[in-house]
Amino acid sequence: MSRTRISAALRLTASVVLTLFGLLLATFLIARVVPIDPVLAVVGDRASAETYQRVRGELGLDQPLYVQFWRYLVLVAHGDFGRSVLTRNLVIDDIVRFLPATIELATTATLIGVALGIPLGVVAAARQGRSADHVIRVVGLVGYSVPVFWLGLMALLLFYAELGWAAGPGRLDIFYEDSVAPVTGLILVDSALAGDWAVWRSALHHLVLPAGVLGYFSLAYISRMTRGFMLEQLGQEYIVTARAKGLRERRVLWRHAFRNILVPLVTVVALSYASLLEGSVLTETVFAWPGIGSYITGSLLNIDMNAVLGGTLVVGTIFIALNLFADLLYRRLDPRTR
Amino acid sequence: MSGAAGTGQGWRAWLVSDAPHSARQARLGEIYRFGRALARHPLALTGLAIILLLVLVAALAPLLAPYAPSTQHLLDRLQAPSARHWLGTDELGRDLLSRLVYGARLTLGIVALVTVISAPLGLAIGCMAGYAGGWPDAALMRLTDVFLALPRLILALAFVAALGPGIENAVLAIALVAWPPYARIARAETLALRRSDFIAAAQLAGASPARIVLRHIMPLCLASVIVRVSLDMAGVILIAAGLGFLGLGAQPPAPEWGAMIAAGRKYMLDQWWVAAMPGIAIAVVSLGFNLLGDGLRDVLDPKQR
Repeated sequence: MSRTRISAALRLTASVVLTLFGLLLATFLIARVVPIDPVLAVVGDRASAETYQRVRGELGLDQPLYVQFWRYLVLVAHGDFGRSVLTRNLVIDDIVRFLPATIELATTATLIGVALGIPLGVVAAARQGRSADHVIRVVGLVGYSVPVFWLGLMALLLFYAELGWAAGPGRLDIFYEDSVAPVTGLILVDSALAGDWAVWRSALHHLVLPAGVLGYFSLAYISRMTRGFMLEQLGQEYIVTARAKGLRERRVLWRHAFRNILVPLVTVVALSYASLLEGSVLTETVFAWPGIGSYITGSLLNIDMNAVLGGTLVVGTIFIALNLFADLLYRRLDPRTR
Repeated sequence: MSGAAGTGQGWRAWLVSDAPHSARQARLGEIYRFGRALARHPLALTGLAIILLLVLVAALAPLLAPYAPSTQHLLDRLQAPSARHWLGTDELGRDLLSRLVYGARLTLGIVALVTVISAPLGLAIGCMAGYAGGWPDAALMRLTDVFLALPRLILALAFVAALGPGIENAVLAIALVAWPPYARIARAETLALRRSDFIAAAQLAGASPARIVLRHIMPLCLASVIVRVSLDMAGVILIAAGLGFLGLGAQPPAPEWGAMIAAGRKYMLDQWWVAAMPGIAIAVVSLGFNLLGDGLRDVLDPKQR
């Protein structure tokens, strides 16, 4: 390993640590500005002054802020986000239970986005300035403009209530609930492992709408970026050479130009996955999808701050990790960055 | 100026002249070229038209709205679109069209306030970091990177949850997560300007760093920041609508579009228009901002074409 690579790795590590630190500081400070007295929340408003002071000491609230922050870091490092007021469970247990549903949703949506977005982007670039390009551009821009929760509601109205093509809110039909033992927490995987295809079909039926709605946003982003990357390649001289050799346009596009955009495209897909995790917050609320987004919004409305901040921390960490992953992959795949 | 001045041809020649005689001529010429480029971009013009329409509707709301936005007519609740109520009525018999028209004021207000808070904040941080260099630069940019690396919507949600629901807090939360891209851009521009002769001249003339940043650097960074702001506006509208939808933004009876969708959700199966109409309004307006932003980027950055 060369010296420059080591220093690059160190710089990357430092920036990730710093970002995580920033996230923790943000959640810590948010918890401090909440206009709820955390001591009163524990002892109730009829406790005596001594009890109040004792609990205040136990919670460490009489300590200076940096000591409190240190204690918070230690707790979080042990996976202790406190207890949810709403569910009465440890927040970490709740998150472990709710997270797989979100991952199942975001992954399926990303797959949809990749499968449709990349070909659309390539076609748009190949037909730049022509009507196909404009149509694809507008489809993408609409994806950037429509509120995801509204699109979800309209999709439910049309495909579930009117046409009956897809199943309604939730992850499964009610009589299949808890019928497969959770292994991965991803129902499609678990039911396939158990060989229970009735459950698998029901899960897929429920997944189609939310994943389709979310996938549309991924499609908008991926097709737009693909188009940009492809245009950059199509302007290069090796493309002119390939065409001059008499290669068919399809081959020029997919074998020559497309291969060269794979590296930046991988980054884009990772970033899109990260933004879908965030987008799933609103989508899950609409589809009653029992994921981390529903958990966070449900807790928000009940000012269940332990749950909100625990959820924020977990989603934020995954977000940072995906960004890091995209970065590392880019360095690994692109020989110029070595 | 030649004798041709006053005719259309002469004005154009004056505007696009390669050798402008004054700063004003150069600036007007630039605006003219920019306008011409934008005019050749039909999608951008569509976007501009939508935004102008929004501003007009917001300004003339009392004249345009057929009914008062919050007056309840319980006998007319959940009416389908008709000649009397073009877009129908909501669950309290309020005219949806009137509420949408007044809601334009809220949307525009939120966008304007977020911009007024976040753009100067980002501009100031970026210019200071870029001009100062050294450790202030490193510290401010790390802070920016941290904010950029965090999920914006979720952070805004957590902020609003902590500050308490309401339109002011929603604006504050969105502004708090919106400034980092502006700081990045302003810093990049400042770095390019820092070593130029006119800055050296100002320094020699004894101008203080604060004066140089405020009077000489910031105005030149403004253009790129404005473009970025216009690109972000659709995102701001969508986050604000999302907060409204979750009940964390504007509170009833304010005709905020996101909150109106949330209210219409209960009646969606039989009275779809209550939830559908505000969503269309949000989509059209943010599409307008996206089209304009997209066009601006095309016009200003030839690489993207």
